[in-house]
Amino acid sequence: MSTLIRLRKGLNIKLAGKAEKILLPEVPETRFGVRFADFPGLVARLDVKEGDKVMCGSVLFHDKAFPEIKYVSPVSGVVRKIIRGEKRVLTEVVIGQEGSEKIDFGSAAPLSLAREQVKEKLLNSGMWPVLRQRPYHIVARPDIVPRDIFISVFDTAPLAPDLDYVMANTHGSYLQTGIDALSRLTDGKVHLSQDAEGTRVAEIKNLRNVEFHRFSGPHPAGNVGVQIHHIAPVCRGEVVWTLDVQDVVAIGRLFATGFYDRERIIALAGPGVLNRKYHRTRPGASVAGILKGKLAEGNLRVISGNVLTGKKISTEGSLGFYDNMITVIPEGDYHEFMGWAAPGLKKYSYWRAFVSKLLPKKEYILDTNLHGGHRAFVVTGDYENVLPMDIYPVYLLKAILAGDIELMENLGIYEVAEEDFALCEYIDPSKTEIQEIIRSGINLMIKEMN
Amino acid sequence: MSFLLDKMKKIEPLFKKGGRFEKLYSFYEGFASFLFVPDKVTTKGSHIRDHMDMKRTMTVVIIALMPALLFGCYNIGLQHTRAFGLNDWPVIQMFLFGFIKLLPMIIVSYLVGLGIEFIAAQIRGHEISEGYLVTGMLIPLIMPVDVPLWMLAISVAFAVILGKEVFGGTGMNILNPALTARAFLFFSYPGRMSGDKVWIEGLTKGGGPDGFSGATPLALARLDGFDQMPSPMEMFVGTIPGSVGETSVVAILIGAFILLLTGVGSWRIMLSMTLGALGMGLLLNAVGGNEYTQIPAYYHLIMGGFAFGTVFMATDPVTAAQTNTGKYIYGALTGIMVVIIRVFNPAYPEGTMLAILLMNVMAPLIDHYVVNASIRRRLKRGRRV
Repeated sequence: MSTLIRLRKGLNIKLAGKAEKILLPEVPETRFGVRFADFPGLVARLDVKEGDKVMCGSVLFHDKAFPEIKYVSPVSGVVRKIIRGEKRVLTEVVIGQEGSEKIDFGSAAPLSLAREQVKEKLLNSGMWPVLRQRPYHIVARPDIVPRDIFISVFDTAPLAPDLDYVMANTHGSYLQTGIDALSRLTDGKVHLSQDAEGTRVAEIKNLRNVEFHRFSGPHPAGNVGVQIHHIAPVCRGEVVWTLDVQDVVAIGRLFATGFYDRERIIALAGPGVLNRKYHRTRPGASVAGILKGKLAEGNLRVISGNVLTGKKISTEGSLGFYDNMITVIPEGDYHEFMGWAAPGLKKYSYWRAFVSKLLPKKEYILDTNLHGGHRAFVVTGDYENVLPMDIYPVYLLKAILAGDIELMENLGIYEVAEEDFALCEYIDPSKTEIQEIIRSGINLMIKEMN
Repeated sequence: MSFLLDKMKKIEPLFKKGGRFEKLYSFYEGFASFLFVPDKVTTKGSHIRDHMDMKRTMTVVIIALMPALLFGCYNIGLQHTRAFGLNDWPVIQMFLFGFIKLLPMIIVSYLVGLGIEFIAAQIRGHEISEGYLVTGMLIPLIMPVDVPLWMLAISVAFAVILGKEVFGGTGMNILNPALTARAFLFFSYPGRMSGDKVWIEGLTKGGGPDGFSGATPLALARLDGFDQMPSPMEMFVGTIPGSVGETSVVAILIGAFILLLTGVGSWRIMLSMTLGALGMGLLLNAVGGNEYTQIPAYYHLIMGGFAFGTVFMATDPVTAAQTNTGKYIYGALTGIMVVIIRVFNPAYPEGTMLAILLMNVMAPLIDHYVVNASIRRRLKRGRRV
């Protein structure tokens, strides 16, 4: 068995509302959407207009800088609406599902193909954007051969799905095909990180052409960026790729069947949902059917993804491109009398300044209240406690705010993504928008380095 | 409490842009958010945020200061009765005497300090920062009880404006504002900040028996040799002359316990500073030299402002070293400096204030080297691959 890497820093937030391990079949949805915000840094060029008929796998838009990176429709139907936000910035392409036509990209055994052929298939089929690169945590650039490819098969985020359960219920036979395709794309290794217990899923255990790792510790031990940092960190000039384990299955399916099909299993979780289960669905599908009749009373926030890094969506919104869960929590738009002085019996906190720390209670309902106002950085030493990397978070943040490229580089900007700093943001008593600062730093690096 | 909330909401438009009191918005916001945690929700990044905020952080420090403050009140009365031979005062009277003496100092400190903070917040368009809630409590506690209120007001204004606001406010300052206030008075009005009169209420106004010395242990050690000093037990309990809140190590240790239990104060700094002072004291005991080097090492921990400075001043997260490794170095050096200043520079009996201010200035340098070590590790890794 692979050696165990023990991480001590981090935090498992005791949020109530884990999903029960019961898998429900896919609900047919008529509204699908691809959101541009899922791809930070993307400058897109549309290939469709409202009213166009599309098939599953038809190109909706492509990357301006790398036109070979295509983003395709997850279903067949009609482009209902192209939503734009402020200054006509593209927000979402909405597709009304009709019929079941799909483009056949042709099946092939990846090990019999050359690297260029594997790449071409992924690019043409619109599967390419499932690959993301570090540095920058953006869709992988096709003109660079990655040093290694990293996959995490466990998720430690609050209420995250048990990926072992997910993989046990997925088409495991496609997994090896997907890994084979990935191994064609790098001269290095394909790294697969599991939690301390390892996996029960035979298809994962028996995988070839991968190197296994095991991690123990609280969130963010399951973040692939943290795993990379401890397995083989990204240095200046190096590029590695990462992807979701369910997308390895999707790549395998593409090579085995020739179709673009990213069916995946997601968890419906959070204290705002009454009936929490696992669901089959696919990225882009509206969550309306899944949520129907299951929402609790009151003003709720529906999040595609987990509570730390997910995106707020409406009750009819679409599942994000990379998300593996939907979380619903109460909104926190209320005033609390002298809340800062209350002993905090029912308030979960990372900090020991709350009586709740002494109670053995396991789960708390957390809402979206900011619980304070924005301040300058004051406390020190605690951000490091929830970031298991050899990185000084506040120094990196200040380097970003100062726009000091060289210092950002030296302090580790190439290794991080906003998700790795989500816990720093959660615990911050100064209520700084840390994830946003990290992304703006990454955007600055992209601009300066090209 | 909903009627209060309704009331606050009703008057809010007056303070918004275009309202009659728009110039007082920061005041309104500060007061409203003091009464009610705002209904603001997360709009980007993490959807949930911890219940901890600056108000609570500062509240914990203020609670931790309470034992020292309460004992300080009692001690003001106690020292007064000793100096004037008022042997029949009950404890409660001593306490009330001290409380009445201390209250105006606290009020002046808050009025001046918070007033400047409100103005600064309004000019910058920020929310009021809670940093001064702690500073404003610390300043009266590190002053001699007989300091005139106008001096206190000037020192507060100096510390808040030149010590903090010119750097950008709470979180940006280099020197601990409370110690800046004290240092300002110490160098501007040395006669009112040291000697053997200022520590006891009433002595500077004349009166009091002839030849009564109200000097602090540190001054006694200088003037009369350290055999004149109070017993270690007295210094530990705190029934000695000194700045208002600094005398009782017991009360300060209760505060330290609160800070460490809640995780608000840095144990790294407290521990390393104590060890630094103790180590330096022992070293000087062994080496010898002048008579001050012979003061038992543990005396340094219970004399003067060492305990108060270690627990409440050196641990100020903004002005201390910010990296964990840096905190050990910063604490240890501060402890060493305290003893060096006390022993080799007896003209300044109080070394703690000067040592902490000096190390406040050095802290960014210490952090610079600690962070650079991390940078070097990263660069080395890059070359290896």
